[in-house]
Amino acid sequence: MTRIFLLGLLFGVTLTMGEVISWFRIQEMFRFESFHMYGVIGSAIVLGAVFHLVARRLRWKTAEGEDLDIYRYPATEWKAYLIGGTIFGMGWAITGACPGPLFITFGAGYWPILVAILGALLGTLIYGVMKSKLPH
Amino acid sequence: MLHLSPWPWYVVGPLIVITMASLLLAGKRFGLSSNLQTLCAAAGADRLAEYFRIDWVSRSWNLVFVAGTIAGGAVARYLLLGDHAVALNPTTVEGLQSMGITDAGDAFAPAALFSAAAWTHPVAIAMLLVGGILVGLGTRWANGCTSGHAISGLSAMQWPSLIAVIGFFIGGLAVSHFVLPSLFPLLS
Repeated sequence: MTRIFLLGLLFGVTLTMGEVISWFRIQEMFRFESFHMYGVIGSAIVLGAVFHLVARRLRWKTAEGEDLDIYRYPATEWKAYLIGGTIFGMGWAITGACPGPLFITFGAGYWPILVAILGALLGTLIYGVMKSKLPH
Repeated sequence: MLHLSPWPWYVVGPLIVITMASLLLAGKRFGLSSNLQTLCAAAGADRLAEYFRIDWVSRSWNLVFVAGTIAGGAVARYLLLGDHAVALNPTTVEGLQSMGITDAGDAFAPAALFSAAAWTHPVAIAMLLVGGILVGLGTRWANGCTSGHAISGLSAMQWPSLIAVIGFFIGGLAVSHFVLPSLFPLLS
């Protein structure tokens, strides 16, 4: 658990030092006026793809000898990805924070983000209650 | 306080991948919006919906990771970076200033939303609350956010993630170009 905490710490420091938690950087991204965020996400995708290829080729396992828990997203749920994704994008542009930065911004002392954290938990609750009635 | 310079994208991207790879090798997944489900479940939402009837104790590492990210934000701001203005593209500064965000280019985040002044401004509170609801509802509906879909999903060639990321941009572009310009003038 100490290792998990330290990884969280690394992630929080990284996104703050990289200004990814800045509302302004997200606005700049949605206005296509800076390469910064595209560089961050793009380089993570490319290097992440290298990691996934190597891990698959060399059959890397966890310390317990299990397969890596790689995301599998069923294509049949495309409506959920499109509708949910669009709703999230709207919230991302308003608050300047996706779910990681929501909490990191709080740690960095920008206290009003607490309202957005509360909102996100409320939004999660709404989804949980409505799930069976929503298109997926 | 060290007042370090912010880190460029080519430092940030690789460090994000190190985080993702370390979690995967530890038998975990890199996906921040799952934390929201875990938090709700831990707070007792299992009484309200099936969606929260999960074994949140086995996912409590989620909460440890979140605690780490909060500590990381504090360490970076109060020990490494300090109060720091984001060096924005001058075109962005001009555009945001014309929307009434007068501290664009001079701050880390707009004071109207993120300083103590926000607490007493109903529009600021409403923006943060509604924005937060959209983030929670949207990421859970799409089953992932920037970390799960854009970075983990795309780098693992999960093409459904591309649909989600296209959605992120449809929503983000629509709000940035058509909604924020009429919201921010209400904040001044």
